[in-house]
Amino acid sequence: MEFFHKKTSYPFMHTRKVWYAVSAVMILVSIVSLAVRGLNFGIDFTGGVVLELNFPQAADLEKVRAGLEKAGFGDAAVQSFGTSRDVLVRLLPEEGQDVNVLGRNVLAAVQAGDPGVELRRTEVVGPQVGQELAEKGALAVLFTFLLIMAYVALRFQWKLGVGAIVAALHDPIVILGFFSLSGLTFDLPALAAILAVIGYSLNDTVVVFDRLRERFIAVRKGTPEQVIDMAVNETLSRTIMTSATTMLTVLALLFFGGEILRGFATALTIGIVVGTYSSIYIASATALDLKLTARDLLPAQREKGAVDDMP
Amino acid sequence: MHTYPAWKMWLVAVVLALATLLALPNVFGEAPALQLSRNDRSAFDEPGQAAVIGLLEAKGIPVDASYTEGDRLVLRFAKVEQQLAARDAIQEGAPRQYLIALSQVSRMPEWMRGLGLKPMSLGLDLRGGVYFLYEVDVKGAVTQLLASMERDYRTLLREERIPFVGIKAEGDDAVRIDLRTGADADRVAAALRKQDPNAAIETDTLGEGGSVTVRLRPEQIKQRQDFAIQQNITTLRNRVDELGVTEPIVARQGVDRITVQLPGVQDPNEALRVLGATATLEFRLVDEQGDVMTAERTGRAPLGSKLYHQRDGRPVLLKREVIASGEQLVDASSGFSEGQPAVYVKLDARGASAMLETTRQNLGKPMAVVFIEKKRITEAEPCNGVRAGNECTEEEVISVATIRGVFSSNFQITGLLAGEARELALLLRAGSLAAPLYIVEQRTVGPSLGQDNIDRGVRALVIGMLVTFLFMAVYYRKFGMIANVVLASNVVLLAALLSFLQASLSLPGIAGIVLTVGMAVDANILIFERIREELRNGMSPHAAINAGFEKAFSAIADSNITTLIAGVVLFTFGTGPVRGFAVVLSLGIVTSMFTALVGSRSLIHLLWGRQRRLETLSI
Repeated sequence: MEFFHKKTSYPFMHTRKVWYAVSAVMILVSIVSLAVRGLNFGIDFTGGVVLELNFPQAADLEKVRAGLEKAGFGDAAVQSFGTSRDVLVRLLPEEGQDVNVLGRNVLAAVQAGDPGVELRRTEVVGPQVGQELAEKGALAVLFTFLLIMAYVALRFQWKLGVGAIVAALHDPIVILGFFSLSGLTFDLPALAAILAVIGYSLNDTVVVFDRLRERFIAVRKGTPEQVIDMAVNETLSRTIMTSATTMLTVLALLFFGGEILRGFATALTIGIVVGTYSSIYIASATALDLKLTARDLLPAQREKGAVDDMP
Repeated sequence: MHTYPAWKMWLVAVVLALATLLALPNVFGEAPALQLSRNDRSAFDEPGQAAVIGLLEAKGIPVDASYTEGDRLVLRFAKVEQQLAARDAIQEGAPRQYLIALSQVSRMPEWMRGLGLKPMSLGLDLRGGVYFLYEVDVKGAVTQLLASMERDYRTLLREERIPFVGIKAEGDDAVRIDLRTGADADRVAAALRKQDPNAAIETDTLGEGGSVTVRLRPEQIKQRQDFAIQQNITTLRNRVDELGVTEPIVARQGVDRITVQLPGVQDPNEALRVLGATATLEFRLVDEQGDVMTAERTGRAPLGSKLYHQRDGRPVLLKREVIASGEQLVDASSGFSEGQPAVYVKLDARGASAMLETTRQNLGKPMAVVFIEKKRITEAEPCNGVRAGNECTEEEVISVATIRGVFSSNFQITGLLAGEARELALLLRAGSLAAPLYIVEQRTVGPSLGQDNIDRGVRALVIGMLVTFLFMAVYYRKFGMIANVVLASNVVLLAALLSFLQASLSLPGIAGIVLTVGMAVDANILIFERIREELRNGMSPHAAINAGFEKAFSAIADSNITTLIAGVVLFTFGTGPVRGFAVVLSLGIVTSMFTALVGSRSLIHLLWGRQRRLETLSI
């Protein structure tokens, strides 16, 4: 089976202005939402208490809430978690509060209302640990970018490098924007997924660039736009196949992996779609608009000459 | 016909065979087991093993397998009921001889164990358990050092007969000695230098007789802090061992943190109590002359005595002098004495001689055992004793008994409940903490959730793989099947590496395997697309295969390196489960490159390489 029996020749670059606009809107919406609504950080980053409870019958969320309110935990977030019998209770610590005691008291309050409840999981994270994890996470993202930039600079001509970096920045912003807009909990696994997406998206970009380099050197006629279109078309089948297989496995995680992996799988799902799109419409198109030509990619004859000229 | 070096095919065969062997222990699953270690930590010899198994045979409890692992004896059972019955049988048949831990061990056959093979080590989120992150109060450790310096200086000045007004800590890093008139500050400094030649000493003429201040040097402070953390790790390790947890992890994290991971532990509060508490005992004579009732009413004890309360609330007056205390304790164990729970205590030489002296002189008189427990509490929590900041010290008389005979180093204490006796013996044995600890993070995963997480992860993996298999087979036909074989062997290879490295597998780790499955086929897709392209361009099948592998290589290498960078950064910055994800992601990239480039090429060569006339490819 083949998606494309003949060589395709879709004029991808022709419509790039439209997609620039689409991306600009996505980025703008994401940034505004991040600024206004912020992210719904998990307790990994904020510190606090999470209890996962399993009730013998369908849980009565109102009753749990009432019980917690009576015990003085009115601001606890109570939500069902996966099934109707599973409940997640989340509490943020107040200034100077001992989170361990908080955890113990919350559990006691819930058990007072329903002694049959089973405690599936507790997480008690001190605010200082959360702060550190958030800092480490930010550092990890920064380092990933720096290292990838260094790699791309070493491996590709700078116009392609800029395209790759712009695309690699584009994807996490859109994912974070989605988390902000949907109010989905952003936890540590979700952050790990974002880093994986940066790697994945670049992976896609690099494959297109690899072909682009090959074509620019081999095909001497045609405008840069035509050559880039050719490279994108030639790798299109692969791009779609890889995205499809990766997407299928990630969807398996999203649907069967359980609530704990929800944030992780969601970030990856969006990341694969956006990453595939950005490797064509952002990475390649940016290189084109930076006036990438065949001369940029030819083996370094001119530079050799320049070296010879030096005293 | 195209050629492919034979050694590469052999390499693939050998690697796959080895990987299959390493990954094999994972398919057997786990069974309930008991892990026994002797109280004196000696290894189990043949008769020792036979003795334990004999106990179980007598009760008719079938043992699936028994073997030693280090100084532990592992007994494996078919069912949890048998495991629990066996524990009771051993405790009953040979009381106080073994530390028994309940655990889960692999069902793999004996020859695999003999080869040292192990299944993947599961993280806490998969097997259930408790995780604590402690922060060591390093400032507290320095305060303790200053306090001990205070005590030393007091003794020193008394010995040297130098009069002083007072000695106290000044700020966070110094001790100041205020001298009386006539004391020679220089002589004090000289005496102090004799103790520590590098001491940073400042003398001052202010005050009555001037003062001498000893300031800690930065390296002294650092050394003390490191010592405190090391000491606390040792103590925590001892206590964890006492809890009878299998495969616990106690490790330093960063500058002043300690992580403790206790797989299989269900009740974090019990673990916390044992890990964080400090308990000690004091032996004192009862003051029979003093008026207990008056003391109780006024709250003031007669001179030389102190008012205590017994467990039932009755007041009792005890002499101030301590005969012996927990510091002189060499060993403690719990058991039963005349049907009552008891703690068996062994004292060191100094404690023993004091005890001998006292019991000889006070035959027939009552002696009391005081139980002192220090624990860290918050303001909201009640303290039934003396509160000093966040520390609560509770003192309680656990027994008052008449001295019936002379004894010295070995004796027993009764008056406790069975559980308390066990815990007290444990705390006495495990030693005390060198610096206060605070919990900054705590995670508990129940066993049912752990199993659910495994089930969910495995389900996602199986479904993800099946869908990918189907997709590849339909799209690339025979070559797709090759990709599928390669993909399956990639998962085997990954499982083998994880088992071999014993890196702990977490739920995000399983997610990493699932993600790897999706991404690993990328290399094959790149190759196959390239082969198709070359075929379309009119190349012969053999030439197309060669060109496909050659031309796809740079794209495969480049694209995998970017993902590898993300994986390595994640590993460096991540902790816990996220780190597990990073390990799987990075290993998966390496294994998938190997299987796709070398593995699939070998397979293709095997299937089509020797056909001279190959008209079409099933791709």
